[in-house]
Amino acid sequence: MEKFKKICINCPAGCHLEIEKEGDAITVRGNSCPRGIAYARQEVTDPRRVVTAVVAADAPERLFIPVKTTAPVPMAEIPELLKKLFSMRVALPVHPGDVLLKDHPSTEITVVATGTGK
Amino acid sequence: MSIIYDAAIIGGGVCGAAAAYRLSRYDVKTILLEKESDVSFGVSKANSGIVHGGFHYSAQRTLKGRLEIRGNLMYDQWHQELDFAFKRCGILIAAFKPEQMEEIRRLYEQGVENNVPGIELCTRERMLALEPKLSETVCGGLHAPGGGVVEPYSLVFSLAEAAQLNGVELKTRFKTVSAVNTGDYWEIGSESGEKVQARYVINAAGLFADEVSKVFGGEEFVISPRKGEEYLLDRLSPARPEKVIFPVPDEHTKGVLVIPTAGGTTMIGPTAQITGDKTDNATTDLNKKSIFALAKNMVSGVSEKDLITSFSGSRPVIEGKEDFLIQISDKAPRFIQCAGIQSPGLTSAPAIAELLCQLLQEAGLFLQEKTTPFILPEKVPAIREVTAEEADKLFQKDPAWTHIICRCEKVSEAEIRLAIRKGHTTLDGVKLATRAGMGRCQSGFCSLEIMKLIAEETGTPLAEIIKRESAGTIVTGCLGGEKK
Amino acid sequence: MKTRTADIAVIGGGAAGLTAAARCAAAGKKTLLIERLSRPGGVLQQCIHSGFGIHRFNEELTGPEYAHRVLTQAEEAGAEILLNATVMQIDGTGEVKTLTVYSRDEGVLLIRARAVILAMGCRERCRGNLGIPGERTAGIFNAGLAQKLINEQGLLPGTRAVIAGSGDIGLIMARRLSWCGVKVACVIEIMPYPAGLSRNIAQCLEDFDIPLLLSHTLTGIYGKKRVEYVTIAPLVNGVPDLAQEKKITCDTILFSVGLVPENELSRACGIELDPVTNGPRVDSSLMTNIPGIFSCGNVLHVHDLVDFVSDEADRAADSAVAWAAGERPGEAAITVKAGKNLRYTVPHRAEAGKTNHFYMRASTVMDKAELRVTSPEGRIIFSKKLRYVKPAEMISAAFPCPEESTYTFTLENC
Repeated sequence: MEKFKKICINCPAGCHLEIEKEGDAITVRGNSCPRGIAYARQEVTDPRRVVTAVVAADAPERLFIPVKTTAPVPMAEIPELLKKLFSMRVALPVHPGDVLLKDHPSTEITVVATGTGK
Repeated sequence: MSIIYDAAIIGGGVCGAAAAYRLSRYDVKTILLEKESDVSFGVSKANSGIVHGGFHYSAQRTLKGRLEIRGNLMYDQWHQELDFAFKRCGILIAAFKPEQMEEIRRLYEQGVENNVPGIELCTRERMLALEPKLSETVCGGLHAPGGGVVEPYSLVFSLAEAAQLNGVELKTRFKTVSAVNTGDYWEIGSESGEKVQARYVINAAGLFADEVSKVFGGEEFVISPRKGEEYLLDRLSPARPEKVIFPVPDEHTKGVLVIPTAGGTTMIGPTAQITGDKTDNATTDLNKKSIFALAKNMVSGVSEKDLITSFSGSRPVIEGKEDFLIQISDKAPRFIQCAGIQSPGLTSAPAIAELLCQLLQEAGLFLQEKTTPFILPEKVPAIREVTAEEADKLFQKDPAWTHIICRCEKVSEAEIRLAIRKGHTTLDGVKLATRAGMGRCQSGFCSLEIMKLIAEETGTPLAEIIKRESAGTIVTGCLGGEKK
Repeated sequence: MKTRTADIAVIGGGAAGLTAAARCAAAGKKTLLIERLSRPGGVLQQCIHSGFGIHRFNEELTGPEYAHRVLTQAEEAGAEILLNATVMQIDGTGEVKTLTVYSRDEGVLLIRARAVILAMGCRERCRGNLGIPGERTAGIFNAGLAQKLINEQGLLPGTRAVIAGSGDIGLIMARRLSWCGVKVACVIEIMPYPAGLSRNIAQCLEDFDIPLLLSHTLTGIYGKKRVEYVTIAPLVNGVPDLAQEKKITCDTILFSVGLVPENELSRACGIELDPVTNGPRVDSSLMTNIPGIFSCGNVLHVHDLVDFVSDEADRAADSAVAWAAGERPGEAAITVKAGKNLRYTVPHRAEAGKTNHFYMRASTVMDKAELRVTSPEGRIIFSKKLRYVKPAEMISAAFPCPEESTYTFTLENC
C-alpha cells in the first residue's frame, strides 16, 4: 500500500489530504468537500495543472496576451506546451475567451485568452 | 583633421563639471570626459550633500579649509544661475557630554578665525530653540547659519547641462586609459579605442585620479577609498530636522549626521571606513545598527521603520595626505591635478573650479571671456512643488505635466521625458535627475513605466535599458529565448 | 482648472475600487472612480495565474478575468472611470469633500463628492525598507515588478533567482519563473512557517522541487554589475547565525516580504491609522475618523483573497451610498480589540444592535483553535471553531452584536 500526503489545490482552503492507494482502491482523508477526493485520485494517478502564460501579439507594439488552458494539463506535457506558447504570435484583436491554441501537444488541450493585453 | 581641444577635463563629478561650467564662460574649446554613461555617477552621487559651515578646518593652514570658506559663499550665485536643490538651512554641532564643550569652543574659535558669518556658540536652551527635534540630552553646541544642504547629483547635472549649452562637449563612456604627449597637445585614449586631443588636461577623476595621473606620467599617489554608508528615511519621518545636526567630530571624521536633505527626505550617516576597493559600495548590518544608534541619540524620532533605502560611497582620500591636491603637475606638462577631493569637496567645488581656471592660466592657457551671451539652462519646475493652478498651466502646454508616473515622489511624465532628452537615459540617471523611483516604494511601481519612456524617447529596446553604466541591464532576456 | 461633482468618489481602480464603484453606481449614485494607471484592474492585470473568484463567482478565474468582470459590472452600472489620474490631495472637512486630481487628459481637476471611498491598495515592502546589506546592482526586484515585467512585457528578470519571502506573490513567481525557464535556487522565509497559502506551497514550490528554507534570513546581496550571489543564514533564537552563513549563486533576487497599505494620502488629510494594519481605523460601516470617508480592500488591511476584498468593497459601498443619501449610521460605540494570538481585527469599532462583519489575522500557527469574542466581564459573546489557523490566512466572522463597551477577540487552543 502506498501512502501520500498532498495539499489540495482546488481552493484557498488548502486541505491537507492523506491518501492511501492500494491497486485501484484509493482512500482519502482530510478533505472538506468532494472536490478534494477527486483531486487526490487524480494527483496520485495522473497529476494535472491548469497552465497560464502570456503569448506575444503579432503587432508592431510590444503586447502580450494572458492565456490559460481550459482544463488541467498532464504535468509531463507542460514544458512542450509552454515552448509552443512562447514561440507563438497571435493576430489582434484578441478577446477574453478566444481560442488561441488547440490540441498541442496532446488532443485534450485548449488554450484561451484571458484578457486583451491592453 | 580632428579637433584639438584647449582643455580636456577627465571626470564628470562635481569638480570636473564645475570646471567645465566655469571654462564655458571663456573663449576656449573644452571637452569633459566621463567613463560612465552619465555625469555624477561616482563620488558625487553618493555623499551627504552638505554645504559645510567653514569651521572644521583652518583656512590658513589647509587648502581645503580655504576653499571650503570661499566655495560656501559662492553657492548663492550658482543657485541663482542653475537648477538644483539647495538650502542654507544652517548647521549645528551638538555636544552631549560637558567635556565635549572644549572641542566645540575650539571649533567656534576656528570658525571665528575663518571669518565664518554668524557663527554662534550655543547653550543647551539655545540649541533646543534652534532645533526642537534635537534630543533633550544635548548640553550645548555650535551654530553655523551659513551651512546647508544640496542635492549633489542635480547640481552636477545642472553644471554639465549649462556647460554644454555654452559650448563644452561632453563625452560619456570614455574611460581614459592612455595619454601621449605630442609636444603641443595630449592624445588621450579611451578603453574602447577612441582618441581625444587636448592641449591642457585637468585630472578630476575622483577615486581613479591616481590611475589617471599615472597614465599621464604625473605625480605618484594612491587614492585610498574611505567608504561611507548612508541611510535614507521616508519624507514623512518625524525625525526630519530643520538644520543639519553634527556630533562633535573625532580626529578622523565629522561623525554621523542627521540631515534634512535638499530633496525633502531625512538622511543619517555616514560611516568612514578604509576599504581598499574602489568599487566596494556594499552596506553592512553592523554599520546600519551603529548609524541608527548614533542618530537616535541625537534625534529621538529616528526609526528603522521609516527606512527607505541605504547606499554607500567612497571618499577619494590621498594616502598619507588629508588635504586636497590641486596644482599644476610638476611632472607632466600641461596637466593639472585635482585629486584627493574628499570632504568638504562638494562645498569647495565652486572655489575649486575657480582655482583650476587660475592654474590653467598659469600653465599657459589664455582665458578670455566670451563676447557672446552666456546661456543659462531653463529651470524645470517640479510638479510636486508647484500649486494646482501652476500645474494646470503646465498642463495647457503639455498634458504630460499632470500625468504622475512616480507616485511616491510625485514626478510627472513631462519631467521624466525632459530628463531623458537631456541625456539621462538609464534608470538611475532618470532617478537622480527627477527623483522618480527614489521614494518609499523604491521604484517598485514606476520602473517599468520609466523604462517604457526611455525606450520611447531613445529607441532603445526595453530589454537593453540599463540601471546605470557600472551596473547591468535591468532584465536578462525575453520570453522563449527571443533575442534582446 | 475644471470642477466635477459626484455623489461618491472612489480612489483607486483595483478590485476594491471597481467593486465599490459598481455597487455605488448600481444603487443609482453618480460615481466617479479615479485610477492613476492607464488601465483599470490594479494588480489583478499582472496576476495572470488562476485562483481568483471561487467564493464570489463560484469559479476559478485568472486575475485579468476577475478584473474584466468587476470592470464590466462598474461600466454597466454607469460608474465613470478616470484613467491616468492621480489624487494629490483630499480635503475632507465639511459636508462635501474635495479631491485635487492631476489628470493626463483633463489637467487639474477638482472633484467634489458627498462621500469618498479609499481603495488605493498597497505596495510591496522592498529591499531598501528592510535595510538588507550589500550592493545595489541590477537584478534586485520586488516580486510584483518581476511579475509585471514577465506578464505584461515578456521580459525575463534573470536566469537564476533566489526569492526572499514566502508570501503568495513570491510563491506564484517561483512557479512563473520556473515555467519561463528561470531557475529558482530557493525561497527563504524568516518565519518558521510559510507566509503564503498552503496550496501555493504545493503547486508553486513542490511541483518544481524548489527548496523552501524556513527560519532563514537574507544577510547580503553582492555583485558588481549585476547580482552575483546572496548570503543567507539560519535564525537561531531570532538572530542570524553567521557561523552557518552561506553563499547562494544567483543573478536575481526577488523580494516578497510583505505589503504595506498605501495611506500617505489618507494620512495627509488627517485620517487616523492603525499602526498594526497600517490602514485607517474604521467603524463597522468602514468609515474612517473623517465622516463621509470610507475605506476598503488592501488600503484598509492586507487581504489574502480578492474575493474578500470585493466583499468588503460592497460593504463600504453600501455605507457610502447611505451616507450620500443623507443617512447617518448609528454610533459605533463598541471598541474592538485583538487579544491573544491575534495580530489585529478590523473594524476597530462596532455598532450594537446589528450584525457586524469582522476580519482578523492570527499572529501564530495553530492546528485547531476557537475564535472567541468576550465582554469586559469575560462573558463569551461569540465563538467559532477553526480547523487551521495561519497568519497567512485571514479569519472572518459575522454575528449580531449586543451592547458592550469592549469586545476582545482571541484565539484559544482547543
